[in-house]
Amino acid sequence: MKKIYQTLIILTILALIPIYGNSQCKSFAKKVCKLELTPYIHDGNFNAAVLTEGEDAELYKTFYAGQNYRIYICGSGALPDIEFQVLDVSRNVLYDNRKSDYSRIWDFKLESSQQLIISLRVRNSEGETDELVSGCVAIMFGLKEDTN
Amino acid sequence: MNIKLLHRKTLSFLAVIIALGIITSCSSDKDKSSDSDELVTIDSLEIDEQLIKDVKSVKEIFYSLPSPLETAMILKQAGAKYNEELLNPTDNTSGYVTNKSMALNLGIYTTDLSYASLFDQTQATINYMNASKKMAEGLGILNAIDENVIERLEANINNRDVIMDIISETIMNSSSFFEENDRQAMSTIVLVGGWVEGLYIATNLVEDEVDFNNNELIKRIIDQKLTLSTVQSLLDENSDNEDVQMIMVNVNELKTIFDKIEITSSKIEPITDEETNVTTLKSKTTISMSTETYNELKEKVKVIRSNYIL
Repeated sequence: MKKIYQTLIILTILALIPIYGNSQCKSFAKKVCKLELTPYIHDGNFNAAVLTEGEDAELYKTFYAGQNYRIYICGSGALPDIEFQVLDVSRNVLYDNRKSDYSRIWDFKLESSQQLIISLRVRNSEGETDELVSGCVAIMFGLKEDTN
Repeated sequence: MNIKLLHRKTLSFLAVIIALGIITSCSSDKDKSSDSDELVTIDSLEIDEQLIKDVKSVKEIFYSLPSPLETAMILKQAGAKYNEELLNPTDNTSGYVTNKSMALNLGIYTTDLSYASLFDQTQATINYMNASKKMAEGLGILNAIDENVIERLEANINNRDVIMDIISETIMNSSSFFEENDRQAMSTIVLVGGWVEGLYIATNLVEDEVDFNNNELIKRIIDQKLTLSTVQSLLDENSDNEDVQMIMVNVNELKTIFDKIEITSSKIEPITDEETNVTTLKSKTTISMSTETYNELKEKVKVIRSNYIL
């Protein structure tokens, strides 16, 4: 019975998160995250979801030669650190923010266009807690014209 | 900002309420014997620990297409010139009355808007913002482009940075509106409309007798083979939508042509400039495309885009 109870709790959380989270996620991405892209221009795409600690997400996108990009992984303040990696299509790691003290920003450009995968995971809170922490996580892309 | 920080006790209470709600709603439609069936089912439910783990770590997958703003920047960076004759005339707006045509042309007009603004075409920028506004209103996107946006645009018409920011915000308001209202299919159609418009502009700006191996615009057109798989994934996610199904037919036609183009890429080597902290992903790509394939692609894009703006 206890296990059924646990399952119901999990299902309840999953059912409630999209309802209450999405509209706040947009406002968060717009007011907080966009600012961090400066001096890059936000591409305008909205890639955000409410994630709970331990959950992960992946984004597939083609990045073009000649453009300068900034990836900014924007997470709610209460969330633990967010791990993120940039992978090629063969899943070779090109960048891993664990080697950069969980930096949420990565600036890059490409010699030739590539399809890349942005893989992220919200870390679990350290120690035993009585609370499940969830929050908005937005994957933002900034663009800058190449001046070279 | 913390959106949800719920105590387990609160969640437990909600879980009980929801469970009771589900059981009550089921029993209202069935007789008493079926009530007992429901209870037996729940009581005999085997809870798999792994299943709970999997449910808890649900993975969110995003497929991101170039936004209209990115498309315009790619075109400009590749050396494209401005040609207003290629854009969808703003007079056409009154002809778009279905959700599909409005969504496609919201993507098309925002790409035209971005393209015009990057080339400092002030009047065209205002006109295409107004055309985009009509499409957004038709789709019920509240406040995506309100009068304040138009006024801000006019007041800053010679400040490209502000204009870019306004366009970026407009695109975000539209895409987030669809997400929030569970209308992802419409969001996908908007993006595909913008993507096709970018392809149409690019293929029509390539000059005759160009060297395919040394032309940046051609390279960016060929790069769309990479984006095509993302377009397909996005459409597949919304394949239960009739409008999406029709667009899938067009995208599959394009795929048949893109399949004739070969792209090979060497291993990517990331090199970070310690001074600027910018990483360059170094790799070499070779492409192979015949003139016939290019002409076929150009013609197919023209036909598809003509149908979209009719």
